[in-house]
Amino acid sequence: MNSMTRIADRKQWIKGATGDWEIVIGLEVHAQVTSQSKLFSGASAGYGGEPNDHVSLVDAAMPGMLPVINRFCVEQAVRTGLGLKAEIHKRSVFDRKNYFYPDLPQGYQISQYKQPVVGEGEVLLDLPEGQVKVGIERLHLEQDAGKSIHDQHPSMSYVDLNRSGVALMEIVSKPDMRSADEAKAYVTKLRTILRYLGTCDGNMDEGSLRADVNVSVRRPGEAFGTRCEIKNVNSIRFMGQAIEYEARRQIGILEDGGKIDQETRLFDARKVETRSMRSKEEAHDYRYFPDPDLLPLELDDAWIDAIKASLPELPDEKKARFVRDYGLSAYDADVLIAERETAAFFETIAKGRDGKLAANWVINELFGRLNKEGKSIADSPISADQLGAVVDLVAEGTISGKIAKDLFEIIWNEGGDPRAVVEARGMRQVTDTGAIEKAVDAIIAANPEKVQQAIAKPTMLGWFVGQVMKETGGKANPQAVNDLLKTKLGIA
Amino acid sequence: MSVDQNTVRRIARLARIRVGEEELPRLESELNAILQWIEMLGEVNTDNVEPLTSVVAMKMKMRDDVVTDGAIPGLVTANAPKSDDNFFMVPKVVE
Repeated sequence: MNSMTRIADRKQWIKGATGDWEIVIGLEVHAQVTSQSKLFSGASAGYGGEPNDHVSLVDAAMPGMLPVINRFCVEQAVRTGLGLKAEIHKRSVFDRKNYFYPDLPQGYQISQYKQPVVGEGEVLLDLPEGQVKVGIERLHLEQDAGKSIHDQHPSMSYVDLNRSGVALMEIVSKPDMRSADEAKAYVTKLRTILRYLGTCDGNMDEGSLRADVNVSVRRPGEAFGTRCEIKNVNSIRFMGQAIEYEARRQIGILEDGGKIDQETRLFDARKVETRSMRSKEEAHDYRYFPDPDLLPLELDDAWIDAIKASLPELPDEKKARFVRDYGLSAYDADVLIAERETAAFFETIAKGRDGKLAANWVINELFGRLNKEGKSIADSPISADQLGAVVDLVAEGTISGKIAKDLFEIIWNEGGDPRAVVEARGMRQVTDTGAIEKAVDAIIAANPEKVQQAIAKPTMLGWFVGQVMKETGGKANPQAVNDLLKTKLGIA
Repeated sequence: MSVDQNTVRRIARLARIRVGEEELPRLESELNAILQWIEMLGEVNTDNVEPLTSVVAMKMKMRDDVVTDGAIPGLVTANAPKSDDNFFMVPKVVE
């Protein structure tokens, strides 16, 4: 739906003292390009490092140094653009964005202003209320700045230029989001897409992905209000909090008859509030002009087509395929495709097996256990083949679902071939009716009162099933037990 | 196009050039003379002329994504008025 007219679901409106309000959000996400070296110099783009060790004389802006663009960083930007179903501009221009700050030795950032490398695209969000399409306005390449450290000295700041000149993609959305949840879903989805593409590692702790959040409020469906920009929000949770706080602050001002000043604000995660950064105001006059050190960036169709041909299956396509081919619910498919590694793990198990059963084991048992121990799928002590064997043993009726959970524990802790473990430890399900019958008869004989109750009230049958299972060490086939009990007690 | 004294003051501030009040009138007229001169270019008809991005007809050179530079923190900070442990030291800047 058109961005100007889309009105949020009523449930997302915010109740004010004078009526309902709707939040309007647009995001500028800065994503660090995954590359070996920097955008315009041959210094390492690796995270961390000793102070000023990943710095060339170009990054330090020594006189006479000239930028030379990294072809791979351009390729990464184009790949990201293609992944966002966006228009690729075959001609784009690098500009200088001028401002003074100690961690910006050039006195300008090389960025793209009027002619970015990537134009309009879109990101689809699957939300409980339905699908939301968030428009992408543009994506451009630019340099990161260095880092200032303020706590090393009482009157001096320390500057480290290791990050200076690392390639960033600034991905600008349209003002298409209408709640903190939508904004969070957008960043989560964008992060997933970038990680699938391998163009940004999405590591928010290391600052590889940060967002500037534009927030305004309006009466539902009316014209956009004046926005405030919240700078440098570095976690998805903080972004949600910042949006909620900022929307209420603006509503408070408007309901008191005031007006919103368009300004840059800072989110304080400790106090959970946003604060004005008035000092930034004048600096907003960046006096952009084309960088005379760089020629226009010109791309040819063959190169773009080659990148297009190398794109992996993207999250939306994978999700659709999982739903179609494995009969998964949209929710389960969403959980499984969130990370490429997880999706691959699931598929190894699901191939040639019952997809839903495989999904249940991966999501409920494996993820549950991994989360509990703070492990990622890469550190899983159970391989996809091992889990697949467990699923087979359940599906073919060799072990019961309950025993399967015990088997999972054994494999998790001790490893081994699940089939061999089942044999070695006598975990096979008892399907031999003779043995089950003996157990059933014994229980019935020992509990005449319960028998009367069960005949009067068939839901009591569960108690008998439980007793038989206990008697057989959980190895009896529950369906067989159930059937036998019904026959013996004469319950239809 | 022309500039007034307020604009001159603002441009100087953005460029971090200290300009005294007494210098403003002179700079205002100098800048306006330059702008006037540049405006003469507007008399040329450029309807069918592509913008000139370079005086040599060539494509932008690109490099491969290989680490070929860096690991010279001593050189990088050699000219810094103050440094400590290969960090640059600058007067404290905190928002």
